[in-house]
Order: sequence, then structure tokens, then C-alpha cells
Amino acid sequence: MPAFLERQKYLLDYTLAALLRRKTRNFGLLLVYTLLVFLFASALLLGQGLRREAAVLLQDVPEVIVQRLTAGRHDLLPVAWLDSLQRIRGVGAVQGRLWGYYYDPAVKANYTLMVAPERGLAADEILIGAALARVRQLGVGDYLGLRAANGQPLPLKITGVLESASELLSADLMLLSEAGFRALFNLPPDQYTDAVLTVRNPREARTVAEKITLALPNSRPILRAEILRTYDAVFNWREGMAFVWLGALLLAFAILAWDKAAGLSAEEKREIGILKAIGWETGDILRMKLWEGTLLSLTAFLAGYALAWWQVFHGGARLFAPVLKGWAVLYPDFRLTPTVDPRQILVLLAVTVLPYILATLIPGWRAAIADPDAVMRG
Amino acid sequence: MIQLDAVSKAFNQGQPNECRALRDIDLRLERGGITVFKGPSGSGKTTLLTLVGCLARPTAGRITLDGRLLSNLPERFLTEVRRHTFGFVFQQFNLIRGLTVLENVMLPAYPLGRPYRELLNAARDLLDRFGLGAKAASKVEWLSGGEAQRTALARALINDPAVVIADEPTANLDSALSREVLALLGELTVQGRTVFISSHDPLVFEAAQVNRVIELHDGQIVGDRRC
Ligand SMILES: Nc1ncnc2c1ncn2[C@@H]1O[C@H](COP(=O)(O)OP(=O)(O)O)[C@@H](O)[C@H]1O
Ligand SMILES: [Mg+2]
Repeated sequence: MPAFLERQKYLLDYTLAALLRRKTRNFGLLLVYTLLVFLFASALLLGQGLRREAAVLLQDVPEVIVQRLTAGRHDLLPVAWLDSLQRIRGVGAVQGRLWGYYYDPAVKANYTLMVAPERGLAADEILIGAALARVRQLGVGDYLGLRAANGQPLPLKITGVLESASELLSADLMLLSEAGFRALFNLPPDQYTDAVLTVRNPREARTVAEKITLALPNSRPILRAEILRTYDAVFNWREGMAFVWLGALLLAFAILAWDKAAGLSAEEKREIGILKAIGWETGDILRMKLWEGTLLSLTAFLAGYALAWWQVFHGGARLFAPVLKGWAVLYPDFRLTPTVDPRQILVLLAVTVLPYILATLIPGWRAAIADPDAVMRG
Repeated sequence: MIQLDAVSKAFNQGQPNECRALRDIDLRLERGGITVFKGPSGSGKTTLLTLVGCLARPTAGRITLDGRLLSNLPERFLTEVRRHTFGFVFQQFNLIRGLTVLENVMLPAYPLGRPYRELLNAARDLLDRFGLGAKAASKVEWLSGGEAQRTALARALINDPAVVIADEPTANLDSALSREVLALLGELTVQGRTVFISSHDPLVFEAAQVNRVIELHDGQIVGDRRC
């Protein structure tokens, strides 16, 4: 082995022994450090995963949604509007939608009820989200009683549980037939919640929206781009909050680390003095300190990151999801697609490992440049 | 081999607590034998050894080693000279706690990157020679004074230095152990090494192995006797 490598091996050896000699201190530090990386990496991974998931889900968002406003309030949309919309140049398919929220006092949560014509449900059939099925302990074949507009319970037969892949959005979702929906809410057959339409040339969506506002002054067209933007803004705000907290945490850790790593104990200073006196160069001491910082912080980093990765992608992100997704009573049990982003790892390394290495290196350097003759005087 | 010309060392220079530990020392130290620096506490013995051993630089004057000027070398080169030429035995032994006897002995060789097997064998040989073979795996904090002293001596020898410098090597030992250490240091001169010792212990400077006694007082040489 070349002398250079042999030397690094000796230094590494010595460093390991030195770390083990101060077991309690270094293990404590390792633990706190791992926890910090874990929290930080969890937030990053979860944020990234959610954003990707959202992008996938929002692909299916209609190009334009048209609402009817009454004095600025969202109101039901008469069926005649569908024809008016259809006649506007540039508009493709137009479809009236039926959906609404339903508050269930039993679980103190809002459901999102939606009519899904493509599912071909009978008037007394319903599909429910997996989270709801879990909370109410319902399965296929069971009956769910909803309180209808006329005050009577309306029994609906569960014919399926919505799949978990998109549970992030479908947790509180219920799909039912148009007849069932109208019966439940006592809705006249000529009214819809809102309308969705496609645009022949997606680049002209904005022009089409302007035409809609002209043709139907009480309408409010909402473009897909706007939905995406709102979603992103809300999401970024939440992520921002999470990072404020983490930032505070990071600062606390930095102070702790500085205190622990920077304040060399008298024993360590004595050791450095001895090493210098018996022939170690300042550079050797620094290399040793570099190994020390790297070993500890890299171990913490790998452990913290691995734990975070596991909990976000396989543990359902129980710990962090509430902050990022908002509190929900019907908590989605979702799976994010596991990913590893090298750029993100670099950022994490830069904010966690680098400062720590510096925190160990600088005091080591200060002790190492002292004259070695101090050792001669006990 | 080592020559000091008008060497002075002052601490806290220019401050009210300035202390001139050595004044105007002219000295020639030859290769071989044991040279003892004697003198009362505070007379400058340790300071002189740190200058001779390249642990510190003089405030004024020139120090040469085999004709090479040391007093103005940058730290890195000084370290280089030090670790190939000198081995140190400190008054407090200065072993590193928590490490074994063997590890302590090998420590000065780490930065040189010697092959592990070779280094291990060299360290074991030294320990055997000093009767510490059985203690190799013990932590140094469990050693007796004599064992610690011999471990320190083994450590001083691991890089095979030409010169061994021992500061008050008998200060922490009883007279039997002191004689033993002197005998070991005497053996080193038989192998051709040079030994410098500082001591205010008569047992040391009156010992048969000693070749030269230089007496210091208040940072100046007041006596130089060859025996
Ligand atoms: N680092 C230092 N700072 C200030 N004064 C020192 C320092 N080291 C030694 N001295 C002083 O230098 C003088 C000589 O000390 P030293 O060489 O240790 O003497 P000895 O080894 O003979 O007892 C003493 O007066 C001591 O107080
Ligand atoms: Mg002294």
C-alpha cells in the first residue's frame, strides 16, 4: 500500500479510537444529529413526493371549469348554460358536473360527493374512499345511510372502495349516480353544480374564457393553469412553515454542535499537544479532525436520510404529512413513489454535514498551531 | 553535531511579565554519549531541551544541526527534522489515555505511513526489549510509574531517532526505578544514539553512564564538566 493511503488508514484508525474513547458524548451527538437529518430529509422528501403526486393528479383536471355566480357566490348552474357554452367558438365538449360536500357528524368530517356517470352506478349504489371505509369500518356490500335533504335517511349500497393509489385526493371521496345525488340533495333535474369543458386549442384557453365571460356575464371560468398555481401556492406555504420550524431546529443543533465540537476539552487539547510533540504535523492533526467530523456527520447523515426515506415512502409519512397536507380527519393512507434526487442530497449535505465538519476542524486547527513545547510543561 | 550560537529565549516578550529563560547560550553538543543538563528548578533546562529538540525556536541566536541552520526553518520542516532526528520522553510521560501501550508506542509513526506489519513488529520488539511485552494490550492508565516511563521510552524510539531527549526522567520514580531508567538510557548510547537529559537529581548527574554534565543557572551556563 502506498505510504499516503497507509497514513490515511492510521489517521482513520486513531480517529475511530478517539471517537470510541468519548463514547457517551459522541453517541449523544450522533443521535441528535441523526434525528435532525431525519426531520430535515423527511420534510424535503415528502415535499418533493407530494408535489410530484399532485402534478400527476392534476393532469386530469379539466381545462376550464365554469361556475355560475350569484352576487359573487357560487350558485347552481342551469342546464340551459350548457348549450350557451357549447355555442361559443373554440369550445370542445361541455359537461355539467354534480358534486358537493356532505358533513357527517358521526366522524366529524366533510365528504366530497361526486357524480361519476362513467361508473354506471344505480340510484342506490355508492363508491367510497379507502380512508372513509377504514374509519367507518365499511366494506363492499354494506349500506351507508346518508341523511337526505328531506330529513329521511337514504340508504346507499357500497359497491366498491376507491383504490389507494390516488388516496391523497380520494380519501374523503364518494362517487354516486346522478339519480342518487339529485335525490339526496333534492336537486331539480335542470341544475348542475358547475360545468367543465375542453378547449379545441389549449393555447386559446384564455381567449375562450374571455368569450365565456362576455356571453354569460354571471359566469366565472376557471383555467387549469390557475388551479395548478393555487395548489402550488398553498403547498409552498405549508412547506415554508415546515421549514421555518426546521430552521429553528437546525439553529439549535448548530449551537449544540458548536458547543460540543468546538469547545475542545482540556483532555483533547493535551492530546493534540502530545501528538504534535511526538512528531505529528499540524496537517496530520487537521486530517485527523477532518476524519472525525466526516465520520460522525456522514454516519448521522446516512442513518438520518435512510430513516427519512423509509418513513416517507414506506411508513406513510405519519410524522410530517399533517403539516404539509393540512389536518384532515379522514387521514389518507397514501404511498408516494420512492425517488432519490441527487441535487437534494447535495443540499442536505451542505446544510448538515459541512457546518459540522467546519465546527470540528476550526478548533482542532487552533489547538494544532500552538507551539508543541507546551507539552514539556505539565 | 548541534551547535548553539548566542541563543536566547524569552517568554512574553515586551510584556511586563517578560521572562528571559535563556541568555546568550553558546554550546556545542557532540554525537554520542549521555549529556545531562543540571540546575535548580527554573534555571532553563526544559527550555534548552525544547530548543535543541526543535519543539520551539529561539528568540535570538542560531541553532544548527549537522551544519544545517534550524532556527529559521518554517514549522513544517522543523517537524520533519524533529520526527526523524529526535525522540522525546516527557516529565509527565504524556501517554495518551484510553489507548493501549502498543498503540501509544506506534503513534509517532502514524504520519510517516510505514507499512502496518513492519511498524507493529518494531513496536513489539521495543516492548519486549523493555519488558513490556505482556502489557502491550493494556490501557496506559493502568501502568505503574516505571512501566509508564518505559512505555514513553519505547515511544521515543519507534521512529529510530539519532537523539533521545528526556526531561527529568527520574522525577516521578523511586531510586531503584531511576537507576533502571539510567541503565536503559545508557544502553541507547551503546547502540550509537545520543542522549540529552535534564535533571536536578544527583542520582542522575553522578551516574556512571553520564559523559558530560552542563550546569545551568538563571538561563546561563555556569559549568561544563566531562566525565
Ligand atoms: N511558556 C512560558 N511562559 C512564560 N514563562 C515560561 C514559560 N516556560 C518557561 N517559563 C519560565 O522560564 C524559566 C525557565 O523554565 P524551565 O526551562 O522550565 O526551567 P527548568 O526546566 O530548569 O525548571 C522559568 O522561570 C519559567 O517560569
Ligand atoms: Mg523543567
